[in-house]
Amino acid sequence: MKSMSSKPAARKSGRGGWVFLAAVMAIYAVTALFNTELAEDAIAFFMQMLGKVLPVLVLVFVLIFSVDLLLNPKRVEKYLGQSSGIMGWLTAIVAGILSTGPVYAWYAVLQDLRRKGMRTSLAAAMLYSRAVKLPLLPLLAHYFGVVYTAVLVFYLIGFSIISGLLMERVAGACSVPDKDQSGGS
Amino acid sequence: MLKNRAKQSFKKSLRTFINIVPIVIGMLLLTSLVVMLVPEHISAGLFSRYDFFNVLLSASIGSVATGHPLASYILGGELLAEGISLLVVTALIISWVTVGIVQLPAEAILLGRRFALYRNLLNFVFALVIPFLTVQTLQWLR
Repeated sequence: MKSMSSKPAARKSGRGGWVFLAAVMAIYAVTALFNTELAEDAIAFFMQMLGKVLPVLVLVFVLIFSVDLLLNPKRVEKYLGQSSGIMGWLTAIVAGILSTGPVYAWYAVLQDLRRKGMRTSLAAAMLYSRAVKLPLLPLLAHYFGVVYTAVLVFYLIGFSIISGLLMERVAGACSVPDKDQSGGS
Repeated sequence: MLKNRAKQSFKKSLRTFINIVPIVIGMLLLTSLVVMLVPEHISAGLFSRYDFFNVLLSASIGSVATGHPLASYILGGELLAEGISLLVVTALIISWVTVGIVQLPAEAILLGRRFALYRNLLNFVFALVIPFLTVQTLQWLR
């Protein structure tokens, strides 16, 4: 019964991403019509970026698979759900700081976690704490100084909590992604 | 039993992954086009004065900017060296990594429209507030 009702939804849910890709390709077609060189340069740049993103995509797949295999709604509820408490905030912030690769690759992981019961506030906090780029901190300190870096990191972590709390207030009620609207399965 | 569960999980994860592939490719294509359209170096002359308007402008540029955060540090460092205020540079660095106008369609598809809009709006406001707090704190520490 469940599979019968979920199949059409899954088919429908996959369309969002393809429609988006088609829209972007249409933008390229229009750009190429007016400025072929610009479109060609953009495609060359895209190929470069794709090469860098592919390994991250493999990591994303491994994470999606691990999340699905190891985390069930009960566990997510424990570590990242309504009753996760300070441990939940810590988990989300540390995960955000440690996460690498383009942010949009992480949306799918968060979508999956939220469907399993992750709090809206923790999803927002995790995305915000991604602003703290651990491997890049030496460079930030090189340009702006150690004190500036420490102060900025302090505020970024602090505001990741504020962001989470406010997000749950303003978007909490209807923020759980609807399968019919999203691109995930 | 475990093998069966792993097989099921793999199939489900593969379906999820296949659904995000067009979004990632679309995002990369869109980002590439924006990078080609927006000049690499924002003229220092753009921020001629040191006030809230410049912070607002800087945060707006950071919000639409795409690319590695490293670029924002380098650009910020260059702007600072050219005499642009730390407030303006901080707004650029923060909005670059916390607000994603270009990524908004992908975020809306996967995490919900309301979530994506509110999150980016809030983060934009934070990108205006944090620079003032950071600079004030630095002055207080000195």
